[in-house]
Amino acid sequence: MMAFSSLRSVSVDLNHDASLLIDIPDALCERDKVKFTVHTKTTLSSFQKPDFSVPRQHEDFIWLHDTLVETEDYAGLIIPPAPPKPDFDSPREKMHKLGEGEATMTKEEYTKMKQELEAEYLAVFKKTVQVHEIFLQRLSSHPVLSKDRNFQIFLEYDQDLSVRRKNAKEMFGGFFKNMVKSADEVLISGVKEVDDFFEQEKTFLLDYYSKIKDSTAKAEKMTRAHKNIADDYIHISATLNSLAADDMTANKNLNIILSLQKVEGRVASDQDLKLTELLRYYMRDIQAAKDLLYRRARALADYENSNKALDKARLKSKDIPQAEEHQRQCLQKFDKLSESGKKELTSFKGRRVVAFRKNFIEMAELEIKHAKNSVTLLQGCIELLKSN
Amino acid sequence: MADADSDDGEDIFVSNSNPVSVSRGVSQPDRVTEEPSDLFSEEEEAASSTAAKANGVHSDDDNDLFADANVELSTDKSGSSARKEPSGPRHASSFTPSPAAMQPTSLEQLEEEEAKDSFDVDVAVTNPEKVGDGMNAYVAYKVSTRTSLPMFRSKVFSVRRRFSDFLGLYEKLSVKQSLHGCIIPPPPEKSVVGMTKVKVGMDDPSSVEFVERRRAALERYLQRVVSHPSLLQDPDVREFLEREDLPRAVNTQALSGAGFLKMINKASDAVNKMTIKMNESDTWFEDKFQEVENEEQQLRKLHVVVDSLVNHRKELCGNTAVFAKSLAMLGNSEDNTALSRALSQLAEVEDKMEQLHQEQAASDFFIFAELLGDYIRLLGAVRGCFDQRMRAWQRWQEAQSTLQKKREAEAKLLWANKPDKLQQAKEEITEWEARVTQYERDFDRIGMTVRKEVLRFEKEKAKDFKSQIIKYLEAMLQSQQRLIKFWEAFLPEAKAIA
Repeated sequence: MMAFSSLRSVSVDLNHDASLLIDIPDALCERDKVKFTVHTKTTLSSFQKPDFSVPRQHEDFIWLHDTLVETEDYAGLIIPPAPPKPDFDSPREKMHKLGEGEATMTKEEYTKMKQELEAEYLAVFKKTVQVHEIFLQRLSSHPVLSKDRNFQIFLEYDQDLSVRRKNAKEMFGGFFKNMVKSADEVLISGVKEVDDFFEQEKTFLLDYYSKIKDSTAKAEKMTRAHKNIADDYIHISATLNSLAADDMTANKNLNIILSLQKVEGRVASDQDLKLTELLRYYMRDIQAAKDLLYRRARALADYENSNKALDKARLKSKDIPQAEEHQRQCLQKFDKLSESGKKELTSFKGRRVVAFRKNFIEMAELEIKHAKNSVTLLQGCIELLKSN
Repeated sequence: MADADSDDGEDIFVSNSNPVSVSRGVSQPDRVTEEPSDLFSEEEEAASSTAAKANGVHSDDDNDLFADANVELSTDKSGSSARKEPSGPRHASSFTPSPAAMQPTSLEQLEEEEAKDSFDVDVAVTNPEKVGDGMNAYVAYKVSTRTSLPMFRSKVFSVRRRFSDFLGLYEKLSVKQSLHGCIIPPPPEKSVVGMTKVKVGMDDPSSVEFVERRRAALERYLQRVVSHPSLLQDPDVREFLEREDLPRAVNTQALSGAGFLKMINKASDAVNKMTIKMNESDTWFEDKFQEVENEEQQLRKLHVVVDSLVNHRKELCGNTAVFAKSLAMLGNSEDNTALSRALSQLAEVEDKMEQLHQEQAASDFFIFAELLGDYIRLLGAVRGCFDQRMRAWQRWQEAQSTLQKKREAEAKLLWANKPDKLQQAKEEITEWEARVTQYERDFDRIGMTVRKEVLRFEKEKAKDFKSQIIKYLEAMLQSQQRLIKFWEAFLPEAKAIA
């Protein structure tokens, strides 16, 4: 059984503030479209009702994320990473293969594979629900973002959001988002840093990002290999089943193989959750932190440009007051960004360390638990076989 | 000097004249990681187990194998996980329903004798060494024997043999009339690719694995040969074990290329093309043959999946190693000290996991996959026996029809009144009558042999599978126990993160 709460340890200390509690109690899967039920419980007067739910699609979450990113006022904040699109490719491909291979399998084997496939579908489903839930909970527990108007609309608006989504796209054109994606590293590294804290953060985050991205990819491969092994055990047990018919020894072997397979499967999925998902989540979170650095670097560049413009104006003795005003504004913006950025990055550090700790502990405990299970199973079986 | 017919006759009806005993079950390949410097060196585990109780003086116990020359054979060391498993006392309980016996008494006697028999020959194949250079190079193995049988010249001795010698032995045994109906263990397959690599150099990991695989397979092959009562009597087997210089086997072409099973299948086809279908009065043979065919099919299927398991586990090894390195790099990048340390520790744990996976893959392969491969070939050999019986029947039938023709010819001659030709005809009839009797006896004898052999084979197989599976599970158990230790060591590190 997959622990529903397990993914929450990816980001700790969410959803504790009773003034605004959000969760996704259920979701529907139609074809590839997932419809999430977003449920809000609140004591805030800014909302029309104290307890309500709305249906939302993945694209709605993306819209919300993008509007937050493109809001100037939030430039100094780490915007929680957008949840990834629900990805049913892997189980779908497996289902396809299963359909093709049906003729060559025994009934038991087919049933078992189908069960495993259904479990995998369910796992992907649960993962995507939780990652969307966490996104909302990050927002609701942030002092500034929780008050965002669009966030409120997202939670409350009981009509289809797709119309609003289209308008938003036309307004912003995704400009900011695209800029960030392509230019951040260059700009961040290029700008001369005046503040030690940010200098350190910049170096750290750039390096850390590339390393964690690498680790995430390799963890995914490792998890996949584990899953393949679990599948092999299914096939082995199925074939042993056909061999076993009246042979008692083989039947015992069969049961052991089946149990081993279950354990292998559990190890694979737990590793996936605790390790791979952790790495994946923080990779995205660090990208969000980098985005903050980028915006600050832009602000710094703007400030420096405004300085140059002011000097030029003074030289030409033209439009000095505007240039001064512009420069003042740039400085103000930059200072505001730096101040809130520092706060955000510091709390981000803490959050990350706590989350890693929690997950590592849970992962180690699960590995030990599964291994102890295997040991008991194996000892029992060996005893049985030897005593015959 | 085994005289086939009389031997078989004695086997069936008279208590066996050979006081032979073999202490070991059929096949227990050595663990990959252990290359004993002195053969048969005893494993540490002195823990006594409830399982093996020595049959008489001899240790049924394989761990005791060739420990020191001075060690009492009666020392009862337990059947530990690491090495060759004791087969335990042989029970007379049959795993298969008693065949509808043509001679029930004798078959029961047979089973009792099987139970009483214990053999005393141990063989091992070790120390592969490359001899020569270039494309003419080959690998020589040390074949060591320890025995208390009087028919051998000494008690402990060894010779050097190469792969083609083993094939040659099989060749010789498989064509012996006296051994027809016997399940002669098939040798491992030839491999041009594998050997070429080895000829070039024995150092890279795939060559090492190839040589080890072959060594283990040759050992299991020999162990099966010497644990077969009739084969042990065979002078060629004795010569193989004892003789210093063996003349090179030249007729191994039959076993080249695609190998043993191809040969069996070709012979099978010939039998299938027989025009006269045998009328089985006894369904035992038909039913058993069907069983054997089905089982072979299932084992093939299983082998494919186990191969897939081995490959996936090897993949897991690779992925884990790569991941461990990546994690170590991440640890270096991490600016929180405690977390950085924990990441490095985790990377080390993953490294250790890779080691575990590596060992597990070896176990999957050397214990599980090779067992299946052996039995697929063995089942082919069983099919071969059934075919031999068919051919014996065929010969008998053909002789009968020839006899019939001779009698008809004689009748014609009588009518035509040609006295001199008649005499010749009468002589021929006598000759063919004798042949018919002989062939009928041959056929019955082969039938008996096949039944006995199949019985014995099934027992051995059940024992073999059981002991191999126990070995496999014990390896897994050890692996899991080590895994627990690794993670338990990591846990405090994780908790220390602040």
